[in-house]
Amino acid sequence: MKRTVPIILAVSTASILALVFFLNRDFAMFFGVTPDDIKQEILIWVTIIGGFTLILGVVSILQVNLKSFSQKKPDRWYSLVTIISLLVMAIPGIFPGPETEVGKVLYTYLPSWIGVYGSQNGIIVNWLFDHLDAPMMSTMFATLAFYIASAAYRAFRARTLEATLLLVAAVLVMFWRVPMGEAVLNMVSPEIPEWINMILMRGVNASVQRGIIIGAALGAASMSLRIILGIERIYLGKT
Amino acid sequence: MTESLTTGAHLTLWLEAFVTLALFSFLYKDNPVYKFVEHVFAGLSAGYYAGLICQSVIYTQLMDPLYTDFGANFMLLIPFVFGMMMLTRLTPIGPIPDLSWMSRWGLAITVGSTAGIFLIAQLHGLVMPQTLDTFAQFSKVTDFRSFAMASLILVGVISTLVYFYFSKEHKGVLGGVAKVGIWFIMVAFGAQFGYTVMGRVSLLIGRMSFLIDDWIGGSIGSLFN
Repeated sequence: MKRTVPIILAVSTASILALVFFLNRDFAMFFGVTPDDIKQEILIWVTIIGGFTLILGVVSILQVNLKSFSQKKPDRWYSLVTIISLLVMAIPGIFPGPETEVGKVLYTYLPSWIGVYGSQNGIIVNWLFDHLDAPMMSTMFATLAFYIASAAYRAFRARTLEATLLLVAAVLVMFWRVPMGEAVLNMVSPEIPEWINMILMRGVNASVQRGIIIGAALGAASMSLRIILGIERIYLGKT
Repeated sequence: MTESLTTGAHLTLWLEAFVTLALFSFLYKDNPVYKFVEHVFAGLSAGYYAGLICQSVIYTQLMDPLYTDFGANFMLLIPFVFGMMMLTRLTPIGPIPDLSWMSRWGLAITVGSTAGIFLIAQLHGLVMPQTLDTFAQFSKVTDFRSFAMASLILVGVISTLVYFYFSKEHKGVLGGVAKVGIWFIMVAFGAQFGYTVMGRVSLLIGRMSFLIDDWIGGSIGSLFN
């Protein structure tokens, strides 16, 4: 029951979705249900289950931080900050919007001001996102510029042919991506920017990306086949 | 522009500047202000996605259809039950015993459907078109330049694939082709690195522009006018 049912569920869902591709889209299998209908229904199911998975993740964050706070760990006050900021953002966000059917019923019983919280275009959620979350996100990524630069300084030593290729390609692209750098490259030779675009980006870079995509896709397809055949069971865990 | 700023707008600018500078302070060294803002960021991001998923999935795709036409949508109770089973991961809690094995049922449907879609999508949507495009370039050859480009891409794709082929030892011809693959990969990674650096630098310019133009030029500037 603990291991067999999940395997049956995974194998049957995977087989149905793989099989649906080979059937005629308009072919009504039973009660007027087409293979495409089945596929769409299962995809909605997966989206809903995925939604619960994300909720599980958020609850888990709360659980971990509450535990850390209650056990009086050294950084417990930061855990409290995480809990408070999560709740400040989540409570207005999870209230059903007035435009949803559930919201319409809810707001006949609840005071109307709650609607301000619940709306998908809600003032609080959007304000927090626009003025706190988004600036913090871009600042976090901006700080990576410094770390990337310092990592490059340490790693980019032209010791071997491979390292030299990496270094030269990176420097050329960095120059080419800014107007001033492109102007400098143009002064050296007007053909260099075009050469970078054609040979480096659309030639070498595109071919490697394509090779990686094909390799990864073949790997994903073979892993899918293992799941369909019931060979791959790692998602069941150890117990 | 600066004179028209309301008190609320001033406070917002100062708050944004504070979180920006607090996060940048980590460049000097780890400090309590950075940690505080970092935890605010983590909490807000998790909370935002919780709200987003409730609005776009739980209410719109599950509760609304069930409420409006239960008879036509009663099948949605199945993913609801599996979804609730996912939450058994949180057990044991208090008097509730360990039921975490039940979460595997929902997980199995997710894994199974992803596998079913991936098997076809990866082969039909990625492997076939990418392989066809690699060879189709030769049908568009008009001069030596276009022939050289098509050959370059073909050599790049094959040598990259050979480099990532680990079922046989890279010796002899295979080793030689894999070596060419490394050169191609190094150039491509260098190019990607350059792109990433410039992307990050452009974000940095954006934050600096906010601090200098909006905060210092706008909010602080208006205090002295």
